[in-house]
Amino acid sequence: MIDLQLMALLLTPLTGGLLLAAFGSRSWAAELNSLMSFCTFIAAVVLTMRVIDSGPQVAFNEQFFIDQFNVFLVALTAFVAFTTSLFSRPYMRIEQHHGKLTTQMLHLYYSMYQLFTLAMLTALTSNNMGIIWVSMEAATLTTVLLVSLYRTPASIEAAWKYFILCGVGIALALFGTILLYFAAERVLGEGGTALLWTHLNQVKGGLEPTVLKLAFVFLLVGYGTKIGLVPLHSWLPDAHAEGPTPVSAVLSGLLLNVALCAVMRSKVLVDGSLGTHFAGNLMMGFGLLSVVVAALFLSRQKDIKRMFAYSSIEHMGLVTFAFGMGGPVATFAAMLHMTMHSLTKSAIFFAVGHAVQKAGTQQMENIRGMLQVSPTVGWGLMLGTLAILGMPPFGIFASEFLIITTAMHDYPWTTPFLLIALGIAFAAIFGKVQPIVFGETTARRLPHQPALIPVFAHLLLVLILGLYMPPYLADWYRQAAALLGG
Amino acid sequence: MPISYSIQIINLLASMLLLIAFAMLSQRRILSLINLFAWQGLVLSLSTFVVAYSTDQHHLYYSAGLTLLLKVMVLPWLLHRLIRKLNVKWDVETLINIPTTMLVGIGLVIFAFNLAAPISQLSESITRGLIGIALASVLLSLLMMLTRRKAVPQVVGFLAMENGLFFAATSATHGMPLVVELGIALDVLVATFIFGIFFFQIRETFDSLDITNMEKLKDD
Amino acid sequence: MMTTEQTLGILFQIYQSLLVVLLAPLLTGWVNQCRAWLQNRSGPGVMQPYRTLRKLFHKDAVMAYNASLLFRITPYILFGCMWLAAAIIPIIAVDLPFSPAADVIALVGVFALARVFISLAAMDIGTAFGTLGARREMLVSFLAEPALLMVFFTASLISHSTQLPRIVDALAHHQFVLYPSLAFAGLAFVIVLLAENARIPVDNPSTHLELTMIHEAMILEYSARHLALVEWASSLKLFAYISIGIALFVPYGIAEVGAMVGNWGSALPLAIIALLVKLILAGAALALLEALLAKMRIFRAPEFLGTAFLLAVLGLLIHFLLGA
Repeated sequence: MIDLQLMALLLTPLTGGLLLAAFGSRSWAAELNSLMSFCTFIAAVVLTMRVIDSGPQVAFNEQFFIDQFNVFLVALTAFVAFTTSLFSRPYMRIEQHHGKLTTQMLHLYYSMYQLFTLAMLTALTSNNMGIIWVSMEAATLTTVLLVSLYRTPASIEAAWKYFILCGVGIALALFGTILLYFAAERVLGEGGTALLWTHLNQVKGGLEPTVLKLAFVFLLVGYGTKIGLVPLHSWLPDAHAEGPTPVSAVLSGLLLNVALCAVMRSKVLVDGSLGTHFAGNLMMGFGLLSVVVAALFLSRQKDIKRMFAYSSIEHMGLVTFAFGMGGPVATFAAMLHMTMHSLTKSAIFFAVGHAVQKAGTQQMENIRGMLQVSPTVGWGLMLGTLAILGMPPFGIFASEFLIITTAMHDYPWTTPFLLIALGIAFAAIFGKVQPIVFGETTARRLPHQPALIPVFAHLLLVLILGLYMPPYLADWYRQAAALLGG
Repeated sequence: MPISYSIQIINLLASMLLLIAFAMLSQRRILSLINLFAWQGLVLSLSTFVVAYSTDQHHLYYSAGLTLLLKVMVLPWLLHRLIRKLNVKWDVETLINIPTTMLVGIGLVIFAFNLAAPISQLSESITRGLIGIALASVLLSLLMMLTRRKAVPQVVGFLAMENGLFFAATSATHGMPLVVELGIALDVLVATFIFGIFFFQIRETFDSLDITNMEKLKDD
Repeated sequence: MMTTEQTLGILFQIYQSLLVVLLAPLLTGWVNQCRAWLQNRSGPGVMQPYRTLRKLFHKDAVMAYNASLLFRITPYILFGCMWLAAAIIPIIAVDLPFSPAADVIALVGVFALARVFISLAAMDIGTAFGTLGARREMLVSFLAEPALLMVFFTASLISHSTQLPRIVDALAHHQFVLYPSLAFAGLAFVIVLLAENARIPVDNPSTHLELTMIHEAMILEYSARHLALVEWASSLKLFAYISIGIALFVPYGIAEVGAMVGNWGSALPLAIIALLVKLILAGAALALLEALLAKMRIFRAPEFLGTAFLLAVLGLLIHFLLGA
């Protein structure tokens, strides 16, 4: 049964990718894209219900493993992928109307979009550390041509940087995986089971600590490049700023999470083997550095997508930091923050995408008075910004509050850094978004109706979760936190 | 003692892998660079074969064959073709001069060996010390990627890095599960194709494959 | 009273010393002959160096007007150093009376001593070429020497001794093992050999082109018996280097410790035949290498020798990592 459900989850995007590879240039390709994403979402929901009901499951000869931790990411991924496909339908048509995209480019976009979803879902659900690596690499490969979709010099440069840096990063992660296998082989024996996370998790106490320590450093640096941890982040702002907005939304909202999930899987093993807080400390260090550096860079940005890309680095840093602290509360908060950030950041990118289309530029000084042009876009952007900055009553306030109070309690010396960084981020982002939303307009009309339902759907969710967390959801998160050794 | 000889041969091949990594670092001509890459693939394939023979693991024969096919024949052929098509035969241009690069390379090797020293002390089998060599060649290829100006040498560096990793996977750990190895091979192949697409995109847009053209995106 | 063993040892030491000093020009002649063949020339024959030496010894020596004593004695010191070096390297047997002296570090020192004298002598006259040659020689050697030392260290790590006979013994008479570290050291040694013996690609022994020459520039002012000794010393140096190469990397066939007493009658001829075969092969290989390589600009020489150093260091590192 679980096999079937999982198969539905993975085969739907695969079918979608193949169908769109065949029919991607038809006029109804966008609708097909949304439909397939919707089916994937349904499959994810079914799978989630199943796991909530009957606990962690393995499938297909233990090659796949679904527990409360990754199923929540699966649901989130499928949901955001679905809403992004809704958003991208009018957005890409407007781009095409403006002459920035051709039908072939859209063809590529649609088929790669589905395959990208497939790669992420495989990375999330796989039990095999090797397959996780393979699908992370596949996720890079499917998105790299999307980043350069516009074929402008800047976009090609961004895509090249993305490809090379993530390629190098992911290669280091492979080395880490090999080291992990090297250690596991001595305990579990050669062959298939030595890379299966469930098996590794059972014997983690017996794994050679020296090897695992080294392996974790490589895994963290490797996957950390994908998460965008400072100082490995330099591809991230470029790729987010130069790629099409739907791609920025899924990169920021989803891919970073998937990479973080892989790091968390490794962390559980390593800390279990070492019996110390080595992996956690490393993650805290990288996370804190990312928060602080990204906050400092925020105020210098002129490009609106770039600015929000730095904000993604900041938030992923915060999540990594929280996961690094460990403990039930911090892990709970980190997962909550991951969810909130995904929803909010993709909503922001949706709103920003339309704002940029209206203004015809990504330079913030030339985008003005969105509220006059389109109140919905303006409010969407304003509310999204307030949400991402952690204003109550949005959900990010709750998660940031939890993270900072835990930090105050466990690692008091980090609190000033976190508070100052969040303060700087607030000043920088709010100061720049405020004139964009209010102020005098210079914008133009769009040939298609912008899709704003996803923006408000996401923001509404974030708001609701900020005000009231349903007990079963809290319970779910708590179980997931427990699984992560929290 | 057949096992002992196979260890010696693998050690020798490992050293050759490292030597070729250094040779690539010092190489000034792009065609020789690609040829060296093919040689490295051959060494890799041979060592995989020896490991397969000495540990009697059949799936490693497939790995060795796959390596031979992919890294000795297909990829160099693709790169040669690309170079012919793009009509670029220039010398490799470096950001740092080659002797300095070599010195940095030595430093990296020492670093890698140091890092791997505790591991090689643990292992009693065939794998002793190979992790260190694999790591060193990965780092050297990384260095090559960082210090080259043009796109093609960077890509060769990327692929050479994959070689080092593959060496770690096959020789140092007796081979990962086949499905993982196939996945890795597929990724490498797709990556090469995407690199190829990129070369054309880059040249179309910038009229050259010089990466230094691509330094516009900066945080002022 | 000397035992038979000691007497035999002394006899063989004398024999080896005479052998090397007489054989060295032949090796040079052989390399030149091979080069000629490879360049499609008929060549002067392998005995040409002997004819040149005889001719030079029959000439009257001409001294520069301001030559000092240093200039006069340098050829003798040079010849002495090289003869000493070539005579103590174990090429036919490992336990000759002088063997304890054949320490690799001492060997490097002997070569350095010769180099200092020839460079000083070159500058003694005060001509532009002599100074230029001396400077270039110093440039090359200060890069080659550390590489050579590294090569020796790699080899001595295997045998835990810096004495050449002990190294040879450890390599030749114990169980056969592939040493990856020695492969690196071997490559490095070839580069050092080319550079130190003024061969292509660093220098060209058969040219007097002022822009490129190094060794020839230093000995331009020598004539007659002095020149003969210098040339002979060069031959000996090449012989010594090739013998070191043979001793370190292909010592198989050399007579074992204790072979002197028991069956020297069979072990030694075998060792000598093995040596001759190896010398012939090495000479041909050297000529081939020179035919294949192109002379590089003097400013590229540091990079070339840097490669040797790097290879030797790599060998050393690999030895530490792999223990082989």
